[in-house]
Amino acid sequence: MIRIHCPICGQRSETEFSYYGDATVKRPDEHETDPALWVDYVFTRDNPRGWHREYWHHVQGCRQWLVLERNTLTHEVSACHLASEASS
Amino acid sequence: MKRLTTGGRINRDTPVTMCFDGRDLPGFEGDTLASALLAAGHKTVGRSFKYHRRRGVYSAGVEEPNAMVTLHEGAFREPNTRATCVEAQDGLVAASQNAWPNIHLDIGAVNNLLSPFFSAGFYYKTFIGPFSGTGFWMWCERFIRRASGMGRAVHLPDPDTYEKVTTTCDVLVIGGGAAGLSAALAAGRKGARVILAEQDTVLGGAILSDPVGGESDFWLKQIELELHTLPNIRILTRASVFGAYDSDTYGMVEHLSGCEGQPRQRYWQIHAPRAVMATGAIERPMVFGNNDLPGVMLAGAVRSYLNRFAVLAGQTALVATNNDSAYATAIDLASAGAGVTVVDTRTEVPQALREQAETAGIRVLRGHAVIAARGRKCVTSALVAPLDQNGQPLQLACDLIAASAGWSPNVHLWSQLYKTPEYRPESACFIPRALFEAHLQPAGLVTAPMEMAQIITDGFARGSEAAGPDGDAGTVPESFDGGPLWSGNFGPVWCAPGVKGKAFVDLQHDVKLSDIDQAHLEGYVSVEHLKRYTTTGMATDQGKLANVNALARMADLQEREIAEAGTTTFRPPFTPVTIGALVGQDHGAHVRPTRRTPIHDWHVAQGAALAEAGLWKRAWYYPQGDEDVGAAYRREAAHVRAHIGLVDVSTLGKIAVQGPDAATFLNRVYTNGWKSLRPGRIRYGVMLREDGIVLDDGATARLGEHEYFMTTTTANAAKILADFERRLQSDWRDLKVHVTSLTDQFAAMALAGPKSRALLQTLCPDVDLSPEALPNNSFVEATIAEHPVRLHRMSFSGELAYEIYTPSGHGQPVWQAIMTAGAPHRIIAYGTESMGTLRIEKGHVAGPELDGRTTMEDLGLAGLASSKKPFVGSVLRHRPLLQSEDRAQLVGLLVEGDEGARGGSLIFAKGAAPEGHGEGWVTSATYSPALGKYIAMAFVKNGQARLGEEVQIVNLLENQTSSARLISHHFFDPEGERQNG
Amino acid sequence: MSRYSALSVFTNALKGNKSWPRAWRDPEPKPEYDVLIVGAGGHGLATAYYLAKEHGITNVAVVEKGYLGGGNTGRNTTIVRSNYFLPGNTMFYERSMKLWENLSQDLNYNVMFSQRGQYNLLHSPGQIDAARRRGNTMRANGIDAELLSRQQVQRDLPYLDYDNARFPIHGAILQRRAGTARHDAVAWGYARGADRRGVDILQKREVTGFLFDGGKITGVQTNRGDIRAKKVALCVAGHSGHLAKMAGLRLPIESHSLQAFVTEPYKPFIDTVVSYGAGHFYISQSDKGGLVLGGDLDMYNSYAQRGGLPVVEHTLAAAKSLVPGVSRLKLLRHWAGVMDMSMDGSPIITRTPVDGLYFNGGWCYGGFKTIPASGYCFAWTIAKDEPHPDNAAYTLDRFARGGTIDEKGAGPHPNQQ
Repeated sequence: MIRIHCPICGQRSETEFSYYGDATVKRPDEHETDPALWVDYVFTRDNPRGWHREYWHHVQGCRQWLVLERNTLTHEVSACHLASEASS
Repeated sequence: MKRLTTGGRINRDTPVTMCFDGRDLPGFEGDTLASALLAAGHKTVGRSFKYHRRRGVYSAGVEEPNAMVTLHEGAFREPNTRATCVEAQDGLVAASQNAWPNIHLDIGAVNNLLSPFFSAGFYYKTFIGPFSGTGFWMWCERFIRRASGMGRAVHLPDPDTYEKVTTTCDVLVIGGGAAGLSAALAAGRKGARVILAEQDTVLGGAILSDPVGGESDFWLKQIELELHTLPNIRILTRASVFGAYDSDTYGMVEHLSGCEGQPRQRYWQIHAPRAVMATGAIERPMVFGNNDLPGVMLAGAVRSYLNRFAVLAGQTALVATNNDSAYATAIDLASAGAGVTVVDTRTEVPQALREQAETAGIRVLRGHAVIAARGRKCVTSALVAPLDQNGQPLQLACDLIAASAGWSPNVHLWSQLYKTPEYRPESACFIPRALFEAHLQPAGLVTAPMEMAQIITDGFARGSEAAGPDGDAGTVPESFDGGPLWSGNFGPVWCAPGVKGKAFVDLQHDVKLSDIDQAHLEGYVSVEHLKRYTTTGMATDQGKLANVNALARMADLQEREIAEAGTTTFRPPFTPVTIGALVGQDHGAHVRPTRRTPIHDWHVAQGAALAEAGLWKRAWYYPQGDEDVGAAYRREAAHVRAHIGLVDVSTLGKIAVQGPDAATFLNRVYTNGWKSLRPGRIRYGVMLREDGIVLDDGATARLGEHEYFMTTTTANAAKILADFERRLQSDWRDLKVHVTSLTDQFAAMALAGPKSRALLQTLCPDVDLSPEALPNNSFVEATIAEHPVRLHRMSFSGELAYEIYTPSGHGQPVWQAIMTAGAPHRIIAYGTESMGTLRIEKGHVAGPELDGRTTMEDLGLAGLASSKKPFVGSVLRHRPLLQSEDRAQLVGLLVEGDEGARGGSLIFAKGAAPEGHGEGWVTSATYSPALGKYIAMAFVKNGQARLGEEVQIVNLLENQTSSARLISHHFFDPEGERQNG
Repeated sequence: MSRYSALSVFTNALKGNKSWPRAWRDPEPKPEYDVLIVGAGGHGLATAYYLAKEHGITNVAVVEKGYLGGGNTGRNTTIVRSNYFLPGNTMFYERSMKLWENLSQDLNYNVMFSQRGQYNLLHSPGQIDAARRRGNTMRANGIDAELLSRQQVQRDLPYLDYDNARFPIHGAILQRRAGTARHDAVAWGYARGADRRGVDILQKREVTGFLFDGGKITGVQTNRGDIRAKKVALCVAGHSGHLAKMAGLRLPIESHSLQAFVTEPYKPFIDTVVSYGAGHFYISQSDKGGLVLGGDLDMYNSYAQRGGLPVVEHTLAAAKSLVPGVSRLKLLRHWAGVMDMSMDGSPIITRTPVDGLYFNGGWCYGGFKTIPASGYCFAWTIAKDEPHPDNAAYTLDRFARGGTIDEKGAGPHPNQQ
């Protein structure tokens, strides 16, 4: 049971959240027409062993989207920010 | 074997009578089933897994490999229970298992004679058969399956209940022995909220195996007394912490008393930022010939039965050891009047210990080891040989061999979190590595300390550290004489050279030394290969007894150190956990939440058949008389087209989209344009995924300048809302838009049929519902029977139709009002099945068509893709293979014959053999009452160019074949005169 | 070099089981191989086996960082089935099934493939339609499938909950040829078979990088020295991402944990494989007697090889809801494997844009059952430098070209339903 410190709600269990995935992939500008960039955004992942910057959604809480730094080898969470405040 | 008249921690004033294999079994409160069996002289209590060898009680704890019994009867039956962990209770019914007809005369024992053939890897090398295919193996397998397994389980539902608790504390102390008690005391004194969990029925751990009334008892009582004065300490007994999980989470199962009305077990999820693991150690067996005979036991267990349960396990005992700890057993046995010989593999034994033993009248044979136990049904003698090979083996008569080859710390929980423990050669065991950052810290025996004072000091220190810097832990409790509990001095020998007969490493799985030797010979040398090839450590004790001995043997064979050979992975649970406990109450009808619409009760009262739609229950059809679904949907669909019907569509996703950039937002998420939609109007839209595949469709109404009301399909509602929130909080932070789910806040119903306007007009006389005032795709606010409603004129059925939205609390009264007022118009309620028929007749796509693989072109919706603006998926939908002409496109099917097609049937060209993937498949099929024909929607390769073609519909599963003609899927009223009229 | 048989077991037993030959050698690496396969799991070993058997390429090494069969091959729930309905998938999985059916004989190693059938339960009319398409596609491609009514399911599987179920059982789709096998035996059997044909299996050798000559891969670096090879093939599902990255390749793959569960052993309790249709859950019973349970992915990226409690609770809740009798039985062990979750749920078996590098991965939940076909087709691809027809669709560029093979229709997201 991963515990996540939501900036709005405090320490909560992972069951309140849903996971989305890699937060380092950057959506191309909406007017971008090069399909290669879109393919990269939609399909390709670094999939690191170790620290991973990723989106979670506090779906059964404040419904804020969060950006976590989490270790994929140990499941340790080292940081949690609101996506709306995360540097892009 | 006998019960002593004095001593022990049993309550002689409360005798109990249990039943074992149909015979009365006396015991006392405080006994375990195993101690009662021993006291009553039951030597054989079970049969082994493979060779069906006689087995007796071997241990006094959770590591028990032999005394596995089935408890209770009928639906309460509980197979594979360790008799050593079952509390004696009046009326308890227990039975032996894995033997037929009984444990004394078990015909499965013939396997024992054949054991040379059942060597390691036996199954991999045989039953391959001379024939092709799997038939021969499966024929053999039938007999193998019957022979394997242990206890017999029943298929009956469990009559007991379980409950689940989540809690937090500052410090979790796992284990209530000397170290755990010291840890709890230190943390408790500092004011931390402590949970102390002990798997046994009482606190004390190893102290309980000391003679009653000694120094250790006094120590235990004092600590317990103080612990009970601290309100911040919660003490849980019969509570086993089975797993250490992510972050600060521990899983624990507490066994409750089993009183009427109480749950049987309680599953605790404990969140503890710091924990102390004082889980002690388990003794290791000595390996020698016939070391599985009843009468061979762990030395510590013998002592435990003697001092805790007042059971003397043998009159003439042989204590076989390679370390100091077993001397305590020898001395206590001698004091109880048994004749005792210690067979110590070491030539050097501490002088004091030797003198102590000899004073007690014990003979000590140094430099000797047991090489075989002898006896037919139980131990009657032992063969003891000098290790220097000088001299002949001695045969010593005995009825008990108490053996100790050292101790294995219970590192399981630590290892679940921090992986591999380290091997400490001087203690001959694996201990946790020092990890100062770890939030789970070991204390006590689990770290292989040398003396009791260290156990107490360590435990106290870990408890104090875990409680944090504040508060005062006071002074460390004074130690007591722990005896030669764990004084090191380990001899290397756990298995003498020249053992005679079958020498077992894994008792339950009947893995012999020779199996390990063979695995080595065949190259299965990594520890995991060894384990899996021989099945060592895979029995219900998960290698608690066997693993280190097996590793030691493999390391010997490879001429390596144990540390180099490594260890297998420790996995939860520490001891087997009842499935029902972890489920709690979330099962059966409650395994997932049930979502009901605001009008649900009405449907049920009307006798509607319900169908699952995700978590929703929806009215599927309303049977009249003994109608089945087929008859009901035809009647309902025909009635709607002829008259009027009302259907509950409250499950539709509903999202409020608000803010000055709402139209921009809609422009991005929908494929079509939204800037031109005027307030009061509704527009149909399609959404794509980022990869260009169609995600969802629905209608959105513009309620005001900056406010839209969106509907989505039932299935995608939650996903779409979450996706909007993500975009608005990350990539699209520039948009001033807020989205809110209204799915549960609004009831929705669709009123369809030629009479719908007339009926609504009578219900809402103040609102002009004329086609001019309220054309298709527009809405108006109104009241029905004084309930606020919004009437959306729109149609998925092709009929003149209105969707009526009202706050949930008003849903049922509005529905009722419409049904009442509609009676003169012959209104009916119709269900999702006939709603499906109506939308198929109209050619509207739904779930079966929007299956996550189809494009706008496939669906014939390409016209809705704006070329003037980017939208989600607008680039990737043009990927080359998505634009291929060969793709299957949505078409209609006019099906011949009187059976119709079924969804999921395949389409083949006329005359073609039904082989391969065909030309396409049927997605949605129905009888169309409006057309009087069977119709279907289907995807057919390049279908739009093939309209008019005859094809065959093939349903091989149900032996149906029919012909059909490809036509437009807009079957009914393609011009839309009815819905627009 | 002895053949295994009842006779060999008998004669060896008479000799005290002291003269068994090694199942495989522990060789020193040669300086160069024609083909070097990274990863001695089922897929890598099968690839080596078929390279030698079908293509006569025997100068082959399989390099493994741990011990052979120690990854997902040895930690899955061992279900074998061929019930895939999308073109590109159907015949690949059926090839695997056909290879499975004679695998024990082919390898002279009993992999205990037991065709005890798999029931996929259906809980709504919509699920029946979807199952009908799947089943009809199987049948039209020569694969067995049956659609069962609720009554038929109740007759075959009387121990399921028909009275109090949250999701009523409307029927099932059954593949009788599906079943279970002994996972370790598959790795060991292929290892022994490949070894006997001259393949070097190099255990405890971790690949730490690749050797390049110009743009072409010419071998691997390991923690115990470089090994040169004309062709290098990756079979490291679960860890594809970071190995491919060393070769300069980014993949449409994420690693996630998938848990598995086994109970204590019981006398025969369930004699088939049953899959729940209202959640990700399936159950079978091993020959040893343990009930083997599988559930859904832990939702987040993970390489931890251990699972979280939420999925434990969820899986067991599904188990008790489907088979109420399991409630009093005991969970013995639970663990997790690292899944190579591709972005469309289908595997990748292909040459790569990197010259000399071949890739096999993206197995998602379904790697075990495909081991034979994966090895067969990958060996073909490596040997002939072109795909076999059965793996032609499993390219790396299908994502860019729009040729994804998405059986679930879930879109490019491993953790969404």
